[in-house]
Amino acid sequence: MESFNTLIVVLDSTVRLSIPLLLACLAGLYSERAGVFDIGLEGKMLAGAFAAGAAAAVYGSAWAGLGAAILVSGFLALVHGFASITHRGNQIVSGVAINFIAAGSTIILGQAWFSQGGRTPSLDAESRFGAITLPFAEAVQDIPVIGYTYYELISGHSALTYFAFAMVFVTWWVLFRTRFGLRMRAVGENPAAVDTAGISVPWLRYRAVLITGVLCGFAGSYLALAQNAGFVKDMTAGKGYIALAALIFAKWRPVPAMFACLLFGFLDALAIRLQGTPLPVVGRVPAQLFQALPYILTVILLAGFIGKAIPPRAGGIPYVKER
Amino acid sequence: MSTPYAKLPAWADYGLIPFFNLVVAFVVAGLVVLLVGENPFRAAAIMVEGAFGSGRNIAYTLFYSTSFIFTGLAVAVAFHGGLFNIGGEGQAYIGGLGVALVCLSFDSILPWWLTFPLAVLGAAGIGAAWAFIPAYLQARRGSHIVITTIMFNFIAASLMVYLLVGALKPLSSMAPQTRTFAPGGQLPKLNWLIELFGGTVRSSPFNLSFLLALFCAFLVWLLIWRTRLGYEIRTQGFSAKAARYAGIGETRIVLVTMMVSGALAGMMALNPVMGDQGRLQLDFVAGAGFVGIAVALMGRSHPAGIVPAAILFGMLYQGGAELAFEMPNISRDMIVIIQGLVILFAGALENMFRPSIQTLFASLGAQSSGVSASSSERA
Amino acid sequence: MAETAIELVGINKSFGAVHANRDIHLEIPRGTIHGIVGENGAGKSTLMSILYGFYQADSGEIRVDGKPVTIATPNDAIATGIGMVHQHFMLVQNFTVVENVILGAEGEALLNSSIANARSELARLEREYGLEVAPDAIVEELPVGLQQRVEILKALYRGAEILILDEPTGVLTPAEADHLFRILSQLKAEGKTIVLITHKLREIMAITDNVSVMRQGQMVATRKTADTSVEELAELMVGRHVLLRVEKGEKERGEVKLSVKNLTVKDSRGVTMVSDVSFDVRAGEIVGIAGVAGNGQSELLETIAGIRKAQSGTVHLDGAPIDVTGAADPAELRARGLAHVPEDRHHVGLVLSFEEYENSILGYHDDPAYLKGPFLDIEAIRADARAKIASYDIRPANERLKTANFSGGNQQKIVLAREIEKDPGVLIVGQPTRGVDVGAIEFIHKRLIAMRDAGKAVLLISVELDEIRALSDRILVIFDGRIVGERDAGATEGELGLLMAGVENQEAAE
Repeated sequence: MESFNTLIVVLDSTVRLSIPLLLACLAGLYSERAGVFDIGLEGKMLAGAFAAGAAAAVYGSAWAGLGAAILVSGFLALVHGFASITHRGNQIVSGVAINFIAAGSTIILGQAWFSQGGRTPSLDAESRFGAITLPFAEAVQDIPVIGYTYYELISGHSALTYFAFAMVFVTWWVLFRTRFGLRMRAVGENPAAVDTAGISVPWLRYRAVLITGVLCGFAGSYLALAQNAGFVKDMTAGKGYIALAALIFAKWRPVPAMFACLLFGFLDALAIRLQGTPLPVVGRVPAQLFQALPYILTVILLAGFIGKAIPPRAGGIPYVKER
Repeated sequence: MSTPYAKLPAWADYGLIPFFNLVVAFVVAGLVVLLVGENPFRAAAIMVEGAFGSGRNIAYTLFYSTSFIFTGLAVAVAFHGGLFNIGGEGQAYIGGLGVALVCLSFDSILPWWLTFPLAVLGAAGIGAAWAFIPAYLQARRGSHIVITTIMFNFIAASLMVYLLVGALKPLSSMAPQTRTFAPGGQLPKLNWLIELFGGTVRSSPFNLSFLLALFCAFLVWLLIWRTRLGYEIRTQGFSAKAARYAGIGETRIVLVTMMVSGALAGMMALNPVMGDQGRLQLDFVAGAGFVGIAVALMGRSHPAGIVPAAILFGMLYQGGAELAFEMPNISRDMIVIIQGLVILFAGALENMFRPSIQTLFASLGAQSSGVSASSSERA
Repeated sequence: MAETAIELVGINKSFGAVHANRDIHLEIPRGTIHGIVGENGAGKSTLMSILYGFYQADSGEIRVDGKPVTIATPNDAIATGIGMVHQHFMLVQNFTVVENVILGAEGEALLNSSIANARSELARLEREYGLEVAPDAIVEELPVGLQQRVEILKALYRGAEILILDEPTGVLTPAEADHLFRILSQLKAEGKTIVLITHKLREIMAITDNVSVMRQGQMVATRKTADTSVEELAELMVGRHVLLRVEKGEKERGEVKLSVKNLTVKDSRGVTMVSDVSFDVRAGEIVGIAGVAGNGQSELLETIAGIRKAQSGTVHLDGAPIDVTGAADPAELRARGLAHVPEDRHHVGLVLSFEEYENSILGYHDDPAYLKGPFLDIEAIRADARAKIASYDIRPANERLKTANFSGGNQQKIVLAREIEKDPGVLIVGQPTRGVDVGAIEFIHKRLIAMRDAGKAVLLISVELDEIRALSDRILVIFDGRIVGERDAGATEGELGLLMAGVENQEAAE
């Protein structure tokens, strides 16, 4: 029983650690499926987290925070679109630039506006996304296994957590069951086919990139308003890149993306839980190995040693009408 | 029809357009300063004063520039081969391991001038080895080098933390860093160089690796524009088809280019580790690997452009530190914004002004050659 | 309903100085198959692109069913009832057939009902025209012929009444092509109008009702297919050019320098581009390979030069084999005396952003004459470049100028000087005068003759029949990847034109 409860606790923290990855990963999925590579997930998430923390502190409302996060992250997404769709610039370079602009301006503006060393003021429960207790969760918590799992693992997360999981299926549905999804997948594979079918390639890509911005805003809000009580400088700490790794790991598909993010979140949770405790058979595993594992796994995958991750064919290539 | 943009005179291509891009980057940065309630012109003045106002300030500026020259060259060499090495940060970090291992082994046996060349080899060798893996995976297994080098930055960071809290840390210490090197593992300062020109420097981290950086800039110029290998790298970078036609092996060029790039990034570690702190500590790279991207883009991948661009960024770094004293609302992180803006406007949006400048040149050209145009039309 | 499906009135289109379409008038009657033939660069594709809304004509009018229409985008074309089957299929490779068919014509925001509609529509089209293809098959797993069928289905699904097919048989096997023609006849029987762009006269004769010939941007003739002959069309297509005059004396042929045997080359899609080709080139002769572009001559040239891998066959240079199926290396071949002037000087033969002198050693950068240890001997290279500039009259005479700033003719001279001045035993040349001004053409031709007179073996590939006839001592005609005939220098244009168009070998017929 003891070990089962431990497992549930680890899984619970897996979920908490996975959500920002999952939101950012789904965000990246839209852009990259439409043929625009985005290594600026990190920056958009960070800017979103800052906007969320700042607006929530000023207006005392989590929803205001979320709205601000979406606006700011969406704006950065438009900058990326402007550079890579309108001006056909290098998408990698543009993504790198956005990451730096976000990293610098969150600190400068945070310090200028709140003078707390780059933090935003600590938020009270009102201005955060608090835990939602699902129906009957407290009533059933003493029932072994099922009741406890329901209470501890399924219930008690923030609205954004449930939103993230819902988005997995919404994304799947959009991608494979709607006209927009069909066209978006097509433009990432062969923009010329979309163009000759009489559909505007730039407009389609702009919409996809904008969705990426919105979802990164959600990811940032989760960090600042659900996982923490406010913005802390550099709080994304590479999560945008892990999300990118998860996206590759999932081969740009929504449901596998969820599992990849849960896997990477689990590795993180395990590293925190173990903290140097020896494991059976392998003995002590350094925490740094857990931290590096998502990246190592992604490199191995990319090299084609475990399956092959084939990115959308038109990804990274600006579309030039030429005949 | 094959080139999307018409021809411009070289001075417009290499001077006017980059200049416009930079101006816009700085104007936007000025707006950020305005947004936090400060005067951008005063901020600029303080920065310049902070960077060049005294011998000590100049020394600090050049200390920071040293790191950026190395990383800027690293990114530029890869650019010439048509590769985007975004992993300079990790290669520099892991390069520190090479420096530290050499210094820890020889600092009490050898004088610095014998340890130094060994440390150069250590830094360059480990940096090159770290870049070799993504290069190999790109050349032979088709992995995208941008993604792999990003991943390798994080793997390098984890590896270094692991080593610095473990094997490399003296038993008696709690801090995640190596012991301080003996004098045989520390580079002499170059403060005298500035004092030669009349400045006064009481103490600064400005050290010998600056000269090595300048020498590397020269070597990179030599490599890219004066050797057969550089010729092959440039051919591959400009046109893979032409390289194939000329019998230049793609795999070899990708591997060699990335190893040279990684070696240059790795050598950046000499500056802080052996030249300043005298020990290996966490996060000593502090973003210099990424600054290299901005430096290379701004310097148009030419050493003659990279050195001034690196000095500009050194100035921003040092001036930014001074600025933080004068304007409490602005910290050194201002530089990160400027860096981002430079990458955006000089890199991703480099062609934004091109059409309007071309229109301008075309209309100027049409006026001056109007007569000949109409006569040729008749013919 | 009007009798005329499409009417073009005075269409003009220029790209810079190139007048791609010149005062085009054309009427295509409803319910017919109309062929448009012409050499490469005659302006066929430009005309069709105007009709499909990719380009806007500079002047002129398009009438569909007698009414003037504006076609600014492919959307307008689709709305007007014009559908296009592109030479390079506009398909999403990892989509299913039905997904490809509905793309852009989904009808509503959710896919369920549009897919259901498409399925029943596909079933109907299959019944009516024999266009069967599995709706749920992934396109990239289908053979090329079926992929093309998906393109046709896309157009019909959008309600196309006028169907334009651009070189539809280029990638098809003969059996697939026959099937396509049956489908087209069926479509015609149902009242659709079909425009068939091709350079294969045999197809024109087999299937069209009327045929128009384009030459140098102009519509030079329109005939009823029944009233014309392959001979007449070939002549109209090629035109009565002024024969290029090149002074060329007799030359004794020497030993075999280059020998190609049973060479077969496939492209990345697995389509056979060169099929069982064999020939020899001897010292002191120019062997010309004539053919319409896209018949395998490019692949043949690249394979001999060591850039492309062959599937089978052998190539011998001076009696020693070249490892064409394995690790042939262009650098090694150069060292063995095989020089190569590639067809595409912009992307292959030159690095346009290099200064002129840098391009003057491309491929020969291993030559000790240009090196001092690992360093380039810049002075030697520049002096060498200046010498070539002088002897080839390259203008402007500045070896430090960026190569992109030279004209086409001068760029070609840079390549030619580099390849010829190394005194190779064998020279293979692709499209030596494409995009080159008249003065440079004469110069380049004289140089090639001089190579032959110096006892070198020259293999010449060109889509310019004049050029082939003026320079070659022997002419091989390539069609569909095979050598379909050999003629001596005295062969007439008509004779070669027939061979190039894939018409049965006359000798065999007699």
